Amino acid sequence: MGIKILTEHIDNPELKKFEVYRKTGGYTAVEKALKTMSPDGVMEEVKKSGLRGRGGAGFPTGMKWSFLDRKSEKPHYLVCNADEGEPGTFKDRYLLERNPHALIEGIILSGYALGVEDAYIYLRGEFFYILQILEKAIAEAYEKGFLGKNILGSGYSLNLYCHPGAGAYICGEETALLESLEGKRGNPRLKPPFPAVSGLYNCPTVINNVETLATIPWIVNHGGDQYAQIGVGRSTGTKLISASGHIKNPGVYELEMGFPVEEFIYSDQYCGGMKNGKPLKAVVAGGSSVPILPAGLILKTANGEPRNISYESLAEGGFETGTMLGSGGFIVMDESTCIVRNLYNFTRFYRHESCGQCSPCREGTSWMEKILYRIENGEGRMHDIDLLVDISNNIEGKTICPLGDAAAWPVASAIRHFRDEFVEHVNRKGCWFD
Amino acid sequence: MDNEIKFSAESLELVNRIIARYPEGKQKSALLPVLHIAQAEFGGWLSTETMNYVAGLLKLEPIEVYEVATFYNMFNLAPVGQCVIEVCQTGPCMLNGAGEIIQHISKRLDIKPGETTPDGKFTLKTVECLAACGSAPVMRVGNRYHENLSTEKVDSLIEEWCKCGKSSHDNPYNE
Repeated sequence: MGIKILTEHIDNPELKKFEVYRKTGGYTAVEKALKTMSPDGVMEEVKKSGLRGRGGAGFPTGMKWSFLDRKSEKPHYLVCNADEGEPGTFKDRYLLERNPHALIEGIILSGYALGVEDAYIYLRGEFFYILQILEKAIAEAYEKGFLGKNILGSGYSLNLYCHPGAGAYICGEETALLESLEGKRGNPRLKPPFPAVSGLYNCPTVINNVETLATIPWIVNHGGDQYAQIGVGRSTGTKLISASGHIKNPGVYELEMGFPVEEFIYSDQYCGGMKNGKPLKAVVAGGSSVPILPAGLILKTANGEPRNISYESLAEGGFETGTMLGSGGFIVMDESTCIVRNLYNFTRFYRHESCGQCSPCREGTSWMEKILYRIENGEGRMHDIDLLVDISNNIEGKTICPLGDAAAWPVASAIRHFRDEFVEHVNRKGCWFD
Repeated sequence: MDNEIKFSAESLELVNRIIARYPEGKQKSALLPVLHIAQAEFGGWLSTETMNYVAGLLKLEPIEVYEVATFYNMFNLAPVGQCVIEVCQTGPCMLNGAGEIIQHISKRLDIKPGETTPDGKFTLKTVECLAACGSAPVMRVGNRYHENLSTEKVDSLIEEWCKCGKSSHDNPYNE
């Protein structure tokens, strides 16, 4: 087993309690930072670590922090994006319910580096039971003097609050999240201005994913250089992968970046291979939004190089023959999977979750859903296949937020790699899978 | 109305604590949490009266509450059963038999997704990804997730809920 940064003690069901987390070395990074490091010193370590945002975009965290308008006299905010909702992704839920103090510690450290006095965790609404876990953990941290006024006598003060959403995938997009946190509909904002300049209540704001923030304590404890030595190339550290679909051992796995995809799918330590003994057909490697790849291209690149779990390796070949690491939601499908039905399902999801602001996304997702429904149900026409490609091209890059792209990419990639299956649906007048 | 719409003293205290989490003048931020509490306290859905009451509490125009309540899936804008069963139908859940689970519950309760049983006990809803794909198929009932579902497991849960008169109208802040 490789190095564990986020999940070393996660099998201890008591880890969510302050004392237990403390006994595993918890909150020592806060002591170290507040007593011996300057805020800039913390930021420097995060920059050196090469840590990239774990929500899906993979943007370098230290660089994102450096964009914060620190000269502004307005209050600065830190918001944790815990609105996990990308189909195939459930790794933040795993951290939140089992290791909430790692997140809180990461927020304290990040807040200190950024000069923030108020931080919010925007938690997806359906996670009522996690709200209760977080409220308890936050109360404990206040009680022990790690939150509130003058933390550990350092002069640094931080308030942390948890805020439940109410069931809207779009609120995982950071500007929609801010709107929602302000008590409005989750309509993404036009950028610029970026949240680093004008975010929550028009104040400078940094928004980071749960996994990203929970990694900060390790970086502060061990140094950015040591973190950067883990992983491969510009994909430093470890990544939580949520594995689901037709595999023997679905679940969340922490892997060192660079871990081979083939070993991950077939090793008994990880996914354990296909659960019904049927051959692998396709994988969606980074949550439902990223391009689907057929078995041949997920295990090896078009050049025959074994693929590994890292931003670069999964993207190798561009969208023609590659995909993206995204949020690390690994959806594995065996031969019994109907690609058209699966795509219809994803497209229905995006139609349902479109906020409706931009017409290409609002109308396009609905058209694509209807066309896929008729292909799957025996009323498809041959030109529907190119019509789908045409619509997806007219959504991609033409919307305020990336939900449009997220809806377009699965359609374009499914047709790119599995066109024959669409043609066959039209010819046979419907689906032949069970 | 039989009952006047007004929070219990306990809920009101909770609401005030939540409002205090946001800067002065930004009490609108408390809208989603307060609507969750209101939905739990006033029958599992948000009537116009309930929304108007929340608007008054937060010093908002009623329209500011309506436009938000209609945007978010978790808010019910019409009466629901005492126990709302939300079954995930997205991607990995579908690959692992969510369709069968939905069909099974539908048949067992003799209602379609979106409907409520005539006795008002159950509402069946299909929902999108609940972020529990590793234990698919999954459903949410109030503040609990039920995972790795099978038709047998669903049957025994429904039997249990019939016996105990299960309500899913949970206040997210109460265990």
